[in-house]
Amino acid sequence: MASMLLNSMRTCPVIFEFSDVSVQTKSKKTLARPSVKNIVLVEGVRTPFLMSGTTYVSSFHWGLLHKTGIPKDAVDYIIYGTVIQEVKTSNVAREAALGAGFSDKIPAHTVTMACISSNQAMTSAVGMIAAGQCDAVVAGGVEFMSDVPIRHSRKMRKTMLSLNKAKTLGQRLGLIGSIRLAHLAPELPAVAEFSTAETMGHSADRLAAAFGVSRVEQDEFALRSHTLAKKAQDAGLLKDVISFKVPGRDIVSKDNGIRPSSMEQMAKLKPAFIKPHGTVTAANSSFLTDGASAVLIMSEEKALAMGYKPKAYLRDFVYVSQDPKDQLLLGPTYSTPKVLERAGLTMDDIDVFEFHEAFAGQIMANLKAMDSDWFAQTYMGRKSKVGTPPTEKFNLWGGSLSLGHPFGATGCRLVTTVAHRLQKEGGQYGLVAACAAGGQGHAMVIEAYPQ
Amino acid sequence: MSDFFFFFFYCSSHQARTHVSYELKDDVAVIRLNDPTSKVNTLSVQMQSELSEVMGEIWSNGAVKSAVLISSKPGCFIAGADINMIQACKTSEEVTHLSQEGQKMFEKIEKSPIPVVAAINGSCLGGGLEFAIACQYRVATKSKKTILGTPEVMLGLLPGAGGTQRLPKMVGLPGAFDMMLTGRNIRADKAKKMGLVHQLVDPLGPGLKPAEERTIEYLEEVAVGLAKGIANKKVALTKEKGLMQKLQDTVMGLGPVKQKIYKTVSEKVQKQTKGLYPAPVKIIECIKTGVEQGREAGYLAEAENFGKLAVTPESKALIGLYQGQVICKKNRFGTPEKEVKKLAILGAGLMGAGIAQVSIDKGLNTILKDTAVEGISRGEDQVYKGLNTKVKKKALTSFERDAILSNLSAQIDYTGFDSADMVIEAVFEDINIKHKVLKEIEAIIPPHCIFASNTSALPIKDIAAASKRPEKVIGMHYFSPVDKMQLLEIITTDKTSKDTLASAVSVGLKQGKIIIVVGDGPGFYTTRCLAPMLAEAVRVLQEGTGPKKLDTLTTSFGFPVGAATLADEVGIDVAAHVSCSEFDLGKAFGSRFGGGNVEVLKTMVENGFKGRKSGKGCFIYGKGKKEKSVNSDAEEILQKYKLSAPPSVSSDSDIQHRLVSRFVNEAVLCLQEGILTNPVEGDIGAVFGLGFPPCLGGPFRFVDSFGAEKLVSMMRRFEDVYGNQFTPCQLLLDHAKDPSKKFHK
Repeated sequence: MASMLLNSMRTCPVIFEFSDVSVQTKSKKTLARPSVKNIVLVEGVRTPFLMSGTTYVSSFHWGLLHKTGIPKDAVDYIIYGTVIQEVKTSNVAREAALGAGFSDKIPAHTVTMACISSNQAMTSAVGMIAAGQCDAVVAGGVEFMSDVPIRHSRKMRKTMLSLNKAKTLGQRLGLIGSIRLAHLAPELPAVAEFSTAETMGHSADRLAAAFGVSRVEQDEFALRSHTLAKKAQDAGLLKDVISFKVPGRDIVSKDNGIRPSSMEQMAKLKPAFIKPHGTVTAANSSFLTDGASAVLIMSEEKALAMGYKPKAYLRDFVYVSQDPKDQLLLGPTYSTPKVLERAGLTMDDIDVFEFHEAFAGQIMANLKAMDSDWFAQTYMGRKSKVGTPPTEKFNLWGGSLSLGHPFGATGCRLVTTVAHRLQKEGGQYGLVAACAAGGQGHAMVIEAYPQ
Repeated sequence: MSDFFFFFFYCSSHQARTHVSYELKDDVAVIRLNDPTSKVNTLSVQMQSELSEVMGEIWSNGAVKSAVLISSKPGCFIAGADINMIQACKTSEEVTHLSQEGQKMFEKIEKSPIPVVAAINGSCLGGGLEFAIACQYRVATKSKKTILGTPEVMLGLLPGAGGTQRLPKMVGLPGAFDMMLTGRNIRADKAKKMGLVHQLVDPLGPGLKPAEERTIEYLEEVAVGLAKGIANKKVALTKEKGLMQKLQDTVMGLGPVKQKIYKTVSEKVQKQTKGLYPAPVKIIECIKTGVEQGREAGYLAEAENFGKLAVTPESKALIGLYQGQVICKKNRFGTPEKEVKKLAILGAGLMGAGIAQVSIDKGLNTILKDTAVEGISRGEDQVYKGLNTKVKKKALTSFERDAILSNLSAQIDYTGFDSADMVIEAVFEDINIKHKVLKEIEAIIPPHCIFASNTSALPIKDIAAASKRPEKVIGMHYFSPVDKMQLLEIITTDKTSKDTLASAVSVGLKQGKIIIVVGDGPGFYTTRCLAPMLAEAVRVLQEGTGPKKLDTLTTSFGFPVGAATLADEVGIDVAAHVSCSEFDLGKAFGSRFGGGNVEVLKTMVENGFKGRKSGKGCFIYGKGKKEKSVNSDAEEILQKYKLSAPPSVSSDSDIQHRLVSRFVNEAVLCLQEGILTNPVEGDIGAVFGLGFPPCLGGPFRFVDSFGAEKLVSMMRRFEDVYGNQFTPCQLLLDHAKDPSKKFHK
């Protein structure tokens, strides 16, 4: 799947979209700085995001497509983000690139930073271009929750490794004889924090409770996400989605997790993590998803020289981290004011907000934290709150709750969506923010490319 | 008009109440406990009367369908009954009456027409737990501060407000015995498994308010939801029991099985207490009466036995220790000018590594320095093992263990000492080595850095003699094993500055220690008391009492560790060091510290019998061996130095009192000489540092309860045989002369 995306990256269907740019007063006319290279997003694509287990994809489709888009040597480097790694393809970026028929002369590496892995892939690309090491980099992310590596138990692994070293038959038989039934129990990869052993859903429920977010507020926000996603899908706004063919099955061309329901239906669900009084349910959480995404990032000069029309400038970005226990999912709260400060912008300057929706409760908690002077002063060392994004600018084409959240691939979707929304809605600045396991967070400012 | 009356009524009733308040949330009455005069809630007279008043109002209000009982104090639900209330009683009948009042109040709660939910965050102990288990439903936070338990037995008492009757029904006989006889604290998750609480609530992080405040609010929200659910029958009060549970209950309910349990428990108690502690026996009696003869008889037995126990000297001694320990866990010396953030420890032996362990797990950055790589490797291993034991017991996660270990830097050079705030040396007990180390260190450490010596006997002023800044030198005497022994003896010289003392105390408290502060002198307080007793123990051994018999004599007197085993634990070489006349203490105190022949210990050391650390001492120690056997070679040595036992002072009781009186006399002398500033610290130091019998409450309380006169006349009898080692000190004589003089009021 990843290689397919890389391939479409090479074919690079550049879409032009014109709309009226309304004149607004911004703190800054542009974020371009004389001494800093302009870096642009040329294209962003993704596979449909599929609920894990709904369409079984056994492996990456190596070499699925063979069309040639850009010259083979136009891409200098490939970076991919992923979270749960397959042992056989620990550098999945390289395998995907080779499988997609990219030149074997293009180096590739894989990065991991939980739910912001593809953000890390993109910002690494930005860094390499800014440093003058590359001119064109493909960055992306991939996640296959339908096929995660399941390990033998630690005891079994130890026995098997010792078995390799055993020299005599007696030693081997002794080791085999030591295997007990308990050894055979497999070990599933956990979606739990290593440092606190708490699952993310559990932490989200506590976070929601800490900020006094009610079940109804969460259900309402989830319903909003599904409704907006459905609208965007029906209106054909999700242009970053490209179809692909699952061997032996139909062509998949749409995200399949978008299911607007009713408040009554959602209220019926029992809490998924904290029982019986918790508020986080299956309906107001993002679900396990398969999917891949990719973007082509270039220096503006190179893009123009090659005849591309860039979609947006990638400007300032920040990474933050905080307490992985009680503030696990507050990344956006910490990163938003920081990136705005870096860029010299205010909340009012932002026209398009795309926040990663891990849980409805997490988004609501972040919004409340961003609106609290006490929180800003006590925990962030700031004089006052940064404020909340206005609803009419926030996640208007759905979000991770409805579209799905393939851990490693969401970042590119967020950035591409901001670029597309800026084009469609005619704003100038967009903001991406996301939280990630480990108590980390990320935010990036994106500026519309003059049309 | 009616409004006016309502207003009037509202104001008058609420103004009078200071400890208990309530408000209605829909049809749920939320009752909040908050004693404004203390950091914790206790079931004081005031609290109890306000509670019954509030309950009365709630029960008479038809609009209230359920109630939630919650504390507004962070980290404390109800810490127990008010001990002062019990102490104020003059007779056992008065205490029995108190108990019956408590029983009645909780019975009313148990029979409440509306369900009452106890929402527990923080300590829920003693009377607090009895209150909670009288409620219909219990929900508790999973906070580390949430602990449930019945610690009454540790005060020589029993749960006297229905606890002995309700607990067996709730957690079963074995569980109830375990809780009430050990008094141990039970964490929330364990309490849920035992059936002590119905529901758990996760503690929250900070939101729009501080974490603790929001957690209490959240607990209340959940409890209110549960209360409503119980009132309209949506939440079940009892869980459907599994097949195994049913089976177990049936078996436990069988007459012969119950009898067997009573018998086993009684035997175990007898074995562990040696009949010195009356409370466990009474607890068994109360439970048995309740189970076998029914509620009425059970309640009566509980109230009467509670009354009886409250006036026993054992209970008074244990309560005295509890209160003394509370005092010794407070910082009485103010905040130091500069908080110690970086600690350096010299010597990675048993003590050094132990000190490191209790420092790093409190977040202190700690350097552990030794002279050889082997030394620090062993030391680090000890720290790792200590922490890993906690991981195995699930008191820590492996991640927390690793994070704690990152606070430790084990090294063989002085890197980082230039930014240390305090150095604690735990090097070999030799004044010349200590001087050398002190000089080396002072050349590197910053001017504000404190130099503390963990010596057990060398006077601090002698060590400080080599210092350029004696005001920064102090003694911090830890006890081995450091992670288990709670006591820290801090020694000041007349040159030690107040700020240095404040720093040492604050570090000690951070390490979780109970602290006594004593004056300088050979052996300070603890070692000085121990030395004459050990010298006497050697004499007793020479007189033909075997090590096993000596152990039995001392443990049956109440010492948790027998005298012979104690010598092995302390180290025979150390014992020789402190008790022989040619060494430090003997040199300082002369023949008063004599007793057994010096050569006995010396010969043992020469033969390599240095105690547990060398595998052989009075006993032989081996890995995995439970029963230790007497070291026959040591017995041979004793045979060689055999003395004849004078029959007039060699009965079992005489031997016990010879040992104890020398200890006690030295303790009183320490107070007389001003080494100790008060008897409370003397008692705490003796019990927590040296294992003086807790049921006696420490040497000073022992003099009070045993009678100074009786003790003096006994010592005079020993003096006639052995001489000045048994001469009572002046302060003891004063007390003997005037029976109204007591160390404890």
